[in-house]
Amino acid sequence: MSERLTAADVAKVARLARLNISPQEVERYTQQLDGMLDHFADIDNLDLSNVEPMAQPYPLVNVLRADVVQPGLDRDEVLAVAPEAEDGRFRVPPSGGLHE
Amino acid sequence: MSEQFASLVDIAADIAAGRVSAVNVLEQHLSRIDQREGEVHAFNLVTRDQALASAEAVDDKVKRGEKLGRLAGVPIALKDNMCTRGVETTCSSKMLVGWKPPYNATVIDRLAAQDAVFVGKTNLDEFAMGSSTENSAFGPTRNPLDITRVPGGSSGGSAAAVAAGFAAASLGSDTGGSIRQPAALCGVVGVKPTYGLVSRYGLVAFASSLDQIGPFTHTVADAALLTEVIAGHDPLDSTSIPKPAPDLMSAIGKGVKGLRIGRVADLPAGADPDVLARLDAAFDALAQAGATVVDVTLPSLSYALTAYYLIAPAEASSNLARYDGVRYGLRVPAGDVNSMYAETREVGFGDEVKRRIMLGTYALSAGYYDAYYGKALKVRRLIADEFDAAYAQADVILTPTSPSVAFPFGAKTDDPLAMYLCDIFTIPTNLAGHPAMSVPFGTGEANMPIGVQVLAPTLGEEMMFRVAAELERAS
Repeated sequence: MSERLTAADVAKVARLARLNISPQEVERYTQQLDGMLDHFADIDNLDLSNVEPMAQPYPLVNVLRADVVQPGLDRDEVLAVAPEAEDGRFRVPPSGGLHE
Repeated sequence: MSEQFASLVDIAADIAAGRVSAVNVLEQHLSRIDQREGEVHAFNLVTRDQALASAEAVDDKVKRGEKLGRLAGVPIALKDNMCTRGVETTCSSKMLVGWKPPYNATVIDRLAAQDAVFVGKTNLDEFAMGSSTENSAFGPTRNPLDITRVPGGSSGGSAAAVAAGFAAASLGSDTGGSIRQPAALCGVVGVKPTYGLVSRYGLVAFASSLDQIGPFTHTVADAALLTEVIAGHDPLDSTSIPKPAPDLMSAIGKGVKGLRIGRVADLPAGADPDVLARLDAAFDALAQAGATVVDVTLPSLSYALTAYYLIAPAEASSNLARYDGVRYGLRVPAGDVNSMYAETREVGFGDEVKRRIMLGTYALSAGYYDAYYGKALKVRRLIADEFDAAYAQADVILTPTSPSVAFPFGAKTDDPLAMYLCDIFTIPTNLAGHPAMSVPFGTGEANMPIGVQVLAPTLGEEMMFRVAAELERAS
């Protein structure tokens, strides 16, 4: 965790997160995130070899219900708040090839 | 602290007894909104007409002698990240301006079933990310006790609405302190219940393993009542604890005789002297009331900040992937779908939300997962285990809620890490999934309120409220 975060790292992360950030934002976020990661290096000193990860606080079990049709949200009501809809479906622009 | 306003328990009793009408109570609150909302900006939306209709319905019930709910006629404000059917729910983000959810959060239905009156949706840091409400896309909320200072965050609007008398109580959400810290800064009571005690169904997700809904109130008894009403199993939330709501009202007034109150011997540094002085006074007050103060150690507490600021952004980066301009909310048109996603998210999200999405995406990305997110989950376990050991010796633990009193606007906006440090005493509770609450306990710098935080183990709400009630009595 000791290597510095670079502008290229931040630009890559922004692409992964589908954020079209500006060059000025890349510069600012690089500096801010690098400072945070510096602080977060404090846990490098902990011996965690025998510690189990904890993803959530309460022991969870699968929750199942009877396989019976339940009323759901009304389709027209849901589509009414969509940015664009057509023939009972969400409408989006064409996919212009595969990006990263 | 805010004794100039009536408690919700008294309001409900007065309305039920016919001593005052629900419409009259509502009008008092609306008139305070009319007087001060311009400078406080607690609300994104005041639902005046709907509130009046609800209050009139309560008065009709009273006239007809019908059975009333436990919150009949009580004006309540809702943080604007809780879905309200047909009523705009924005999360204080450009991303959701104009969005009217097609369903209610479970907590809304539970309050409505007890005849509560909803006065509006309160301002927050965008998507609940922040500690000052300065990250709202609609401008900050100001602290009603000193409008040059922040109300805390992220539920700053909900805290301010209660402190200013705009509502008798409110609901907020707490992922790393977002109920308790603003409660402390505004001089009101704020509760984060045990993870899973209150349904998260219809709460817009930030970090799903940490988020929990809870109340802001003037008194500890008010908070106990409101927690009882919203708690209890909900089949619509798979993380909801399958138990009925606890009885908390009967905890009030039981006293603290014989209880063991934990003092953290290795409390992380960072709290101001005025805050620590009030914490000492709280230990003294409880000892005088018959409790025993015992030292406990939580050696990994100082690492909680790192664990939290890796885990919460990681979960947020995943949860906020849904804002892509397809099904609801903002869309920035573009020629192809990938450009539409990226443009929509760039325009719709504010600075702090983007920062956290990127931090979380980085912590989860190939090559860094084990070094950051994986390690943070282990630190989380370490902290939870240390709490378990401490609760073998103490019934509850007392710490500060916030390291300082409410700070001036702009004091921490240029340094995200300085802002994150506001949460140093509240974060460990969320990591462990425990309950904790902030109780006003005197004032400090500039006569601003100071909150003392009562922490308890999983489902230890009853003990927590007993201690909180004693602190309230002694303050």
